[in-house]
Amino acid sequence: MFLIYCPYCEEERAEEEFHASGEAHIVRPTDPESLSDEAWGDYVFFRKNPRGNHHELWQHTTGCRKFFYMTRDTATYEIKEIYKVGEQPNVATAPAVPNKYDQFSSAQAVKK
Amino acid sequence: MQHYSGFGLLKHAMSHHENWQRVWRNPTPKKSYDVVIVGGGGHGLATAYYLAKEFGITNVAVIEKGYLGGGNTARNTTIVRSNYLWDESAFLYEHAMKLWEGLSQDLNYNVMFSQRGVLNLGHTLQDMRDISRRVNANRLNGIDGEMLDAQQVKEIVPDMDCSANRRYPVMGASWQPRGGVARHDAVAWGFARGADALGVDLIQQCAVEGFEIEDGTVTGVKTTQYGTINAGKVGCVVAGNSGVLAGMAGLRLPLESHPLQALVSEPIKPILDTVVMSNHVHGYVSQSDKGDLVIGAGIDGYNGYGQRGSYPTIEHTVSAILELFPIFSRVRMNRQWGGIVDTTPDACPLISKTEIENLYFNCGWGTGGFKATPGSGHVFAASLAKGEMHELAKPFSIDRFNTGALIDEHGAAGVAH
Ligand SMILES: Cc1cc2nc3c(=O)[nH]c(=O)nc-3n(C[C@H](O)[C@H](O)[C@H](O)COP(=O)(O)OP(=O)(O)OC[C@H]3O[C@@H](n4cnc5c(N)ncnc54)[C@H](O)[C@@H]3O)c2cc1C
Ligand SMILES: [Zn+2]
Repeated sequence: MFLIYCPYCEEERAEEEFHASGEAHIVRPTDPESLSDEAWGDYVFFRKNPRGNHHELWQHTTGCRKFFYMTRDTATYEIKEIYKVGEQPNVATAPAVPNKYDQFSSAQAVKK
Repeated sequence: MQHYSGFGLLKHAMSHHENWQRVWRNPTPKKSYDVVIVGGGGHGLATAYYLAKEFGITNVAVIEKGYLGGGNTARNTTIVRSNYLWDESAFLYEHAMKLWEGLSQDLNYNVMFSQRGVLNLGHTLQDMRDISRRVNANRLNGIDGEMLDAQQVKEIVPDMDCSANRRYPVMGASWQPRGGVARHDAVAWGFARGADALGVDLIQQCAVEGFEIEDGTVTGVKTTQYGTINAGKVGCVVAGNSGVLAGMAGLRLPLESHPLQALVSEPIKPILDTVVMSNHVHGYVSQSDKGDLVIGAGIDGYNGYGQRGSYPTIEHTVSAILELFPIFSRVRMNRQWGGIVDTTPDACPLISKTEIENLYFNCGWGTGGFKATPGSGHVFAASLAKGEMHELAKPFSIDRFNTGALIDEHGAAGVAH
């Protein structure tokens, strides 16, 4: 059970007010037209899913309805930091296999 | 292996049950095996059993980091059914159902498979349309299924509130009479005993912490207790930890790990002799032979490896059950727990080769793989034995997330486990 600090309401609220929206900072392909099926599949369906620190997107659904970020340990469930959209995390994510196409440059995608 | 029978039970009663043989050995692993199975849950143990029994491959080890069947196999609510919508999944789960029907005899171990029927309730007109579509699809595939109206549901479950003035009135249900429940631990133990008797080494308290990979081919696993164990082929069957294991081989899988919780009540007198599930109010319940109500619902929304979830999820689960059964409002809950389920974007498993030669994964069963245990083990064993995926497994390759050939079972999987 989490007590979550909403960086916009500037208050700790019960977990039930929030919705977990999964992995954060997934980069949208800049040149979708030229993506290979593999790169598309990776962007849409494959996630880091680390055991340990995880950068996540959350929404204060029954409060201000704003989105914000959280770094949370998926094994201990400890919340490490909360930051606003547009800000960068201070705590790194646990080692996880990166998206092969992470930068989504079209050249890279086509080569694969 | 000592054969179990009614006569044996009597015989052992004479010696106060003090001379029973150990159910399996506790061997030190060899240097090398034809096949190493990582993960000693129901699916891994079933894979090892069928490898030895059906495909004659007995030089096999199962490597389990905890104790056999201590993962989701021991934590699930044991619902078994095969009424999935799409051909690919319907055939796979029905394959398992047919194996369930002879499993206790085959294993000479009572897995307490009880075909008490499964109801999937509908509460809206759209629910009823979806149910009718699914039941028709099932029947076309030779899977038993019937559409029931509220009155017929009431006849099967007299203690459920089926009155029209409920907030979510029961409008009807699908009914799969061959569905039911089984004893989860017995399934793991039965397969373990059978595999052990055929020569499979069951290695417990030993985790796999890496792979030996040479030129894109896996040649062994690195373990915490016994160093490197060489393997011709490696089959990974580690449910919620599949992403972590795949990461050790530099692979990404299309799945995320979530907590899934369940709870049981104090034992009460027999009141529910079937399985009731509702996607709409989001909960399901059955009654175990001990008398406790076995209750579950959906996953916790965040990623988690912690085998525990949050209280609000439990509260939602219990309020869903009370919506259906106000009569349970005074029943006290006894125990609550969580497992780590590996959910995929289309609610279907991954039974697949990988980019690495001889490294196979069987995972992504998420919230509903117990029912598939024998079928999953059987098709995975066939695939490992032949080096080519079994026909029933082919559609469940990891590739489908690149080609777009998804098998969307969210409707039939739903809360439904
Ligand atoms: C609360 C709950 C309710 C459920 N209800 C149902 C239901 O009603 N019906 C249904 O069909 N399904 C249900 N399920 C899903 C079902 O439990 C699973 O799909 C199924 O049991 C998976 O079996 P498995 O053998 O693949 O995994 P598990 O039983 O989890 O086995 C995996 C094993 O791998 C081991 N392992 C992990 N990492 C390593 C490593 N690095 N090295 C060595 N070993 C490792 C683990 O210790 C574990 O024992 C439920 C699940 C939960 C959690
Ligand atoms: Zn807020």
